[in-house]
Amino acid sequence: MIEVKNLHKSFGDVEVLKGIDATFEKGKTNLIIGQSGAGKTVFLKSLIGLHKPEKGIIYFDERNSLDFSKKDMQQWRQEIGMVFQGSALFDSQTVEENLLFPLQMFTNFSREEMLDKVNTSLSRVNLKNSNKKLPAELSGGMQKRVAIARAIVMNPKYLFCDEPNSGLDPETAIIIDNLIQEITAEYNIITVINTHDMNSVMEIGQKIIFLKDGKKAWEGNNEDMFKTDNEAVVNFVYSSNLFKKVREAYLSETK
Amino acid sequence: MNYIEHVGKYFLMLGRVFNAPLRTKVFYQTILKEIEDLGLKSLGIVLFISLFIGGVIALQTAINLEDPFIPDYLIGFATKRSIILEFAPTFCSIILAGKVGSYITSSIGTMRVTEQIDALEVMGINSLNHLVLPKIIATVFFYPFLITLGMFVGILGGWLAGTLSSQFKALEYIQGVQLDFMPFLLFYSTIKTLLFAFLIATIPSYHGYYVKGGSIAVGRASTQAVVWTTIVIVLCNYLLTQLILT
Repeated sequence: MIEVKNLHKSFGDVEVLKGIDATFEKGKTNLIIGQSGAGKTVFLKSLIGLHKPEKGIIYFDERNSLDFSKKDMQQWRQEIGMVFQGSALFDSQTVEENLLFPLQMFTNFSREEMLDKVNTSLSRVNLKNSNKKLPAELSGGMQKRVAIARAIVMNPKYLFCDEPNSGLDPETAIIIDNLIQEITAEYNIITVINTHDMNSVMEIGQKIIFLKDGKKAWEGNNEDMFKTDNEAVVNFVYSSNLFKKVREAYLSETK
Repeated sequence: MNYIEHVGKYFLMLGRVFNAPLRTKVFYQTILKEIEDLGLKSLGIVLFISLFIGGVIALQTAINLEDPFIPDYLIGFATKRSIILEFAPTFCSIILAGKVGSYITSSIGTMRVTEQIDALEVMGINSLNHLVLPKIIATVFFYPFLITLGMFVGILGGWLAGTLSSQFKALEYIQGVQLDFMPFLLFYSTIKTLLFAFLIATIPSYHGYYVKGGSIAVGRASTQAVVWTTIVIVLCNYLLTQLILT
């Protein structure tokens, strides 16, 4: 489990995170949602150690990541997989080289073993015969799949995804969402997804944390989201007529 | 941010760059790739410019020494000295600062804005060590060869210009080139080259690594990197000349 207590992060005079408490559970897709500027990305980057919070505790299975020594930090980073918003694939390397890179840097596997792991990860994300292609030769959805494959190639305990389906068409976005959910269950890992895509929220929101102005404003799952009367959540999630109607239909059905 | 802060941040960056690499095999492969990208791919431009500038120096010297009391071999001597002392190490380094510097800034800057550097950090890799140290080793190792080659080709360019234009006799030019050879001047030139190579690798890396924004910011950073690398090369050139030659 990942447990966050009283997390504060500021940039200059601007306090972005104002004492967030949250827990993220194993085997579930944990979603962080909120408006632009609510602090989602800063929160996620604080979790993975790219930002150093001024105050608070982040327990990764009872280990406070903010107290890690340099050696512990490097060890812990190998337990993390990250899917960036723009995929962040190394554009000078082929798909295969992108996946080989963390294995070459951190393991002592033979070349054959590494290639075997690369191919297993690629087939897990339904990407075959793309090993020798450069990221620029792939579609946005395929790049996301490669990013997911790279994130899981080291068998991580924790998977973090920043807007994994931004810029994708709705059909591909759902495929990526479902893929992440399947991998989470299959590898029994803790997955934390930062999103403001409502389709994702409804589809894979096994646990949802809603951030507003740097604070946690609501917590629940996708079922709870239909029932909640939290004004901030209702205004954010049901801002479109379509979602308002979906919610009304759901509520009238469950009455 | 003021200049002093930038200088401080630059030296802090160097502190992170100079660490033991995580995997030596990957590190050596990266160095070889950088030698190709930053060195071998600059060979053509350095040789082309050296050949023609060598020719121009020789012709200008010949035109300015049209005096019956000044022997023709001084043309070769002056051309050789100009090329070894100043043209090859400094002028070529400024050209490389433009070509290689903008490449380094834009490639690292693009990695920054597309979160590739964040991806390295999340994996537990010291991104500065991984990206910048191979560039420093590649330039510091390869540029002395490149510049030495530039010296030879520059002197050859002077000989060709004289021969083709009949401004001076080829034999006298060669006699001038061989006159009063001082190995110390080559040492001075190599010291300059090593320092300039280090600057060409690190200043653009600094500008690329700390870029904020998008593609326009990367373009702006590339321009700044070239300007600042050139300024620092010119200043260091003066300081080294003052320290070593006077």
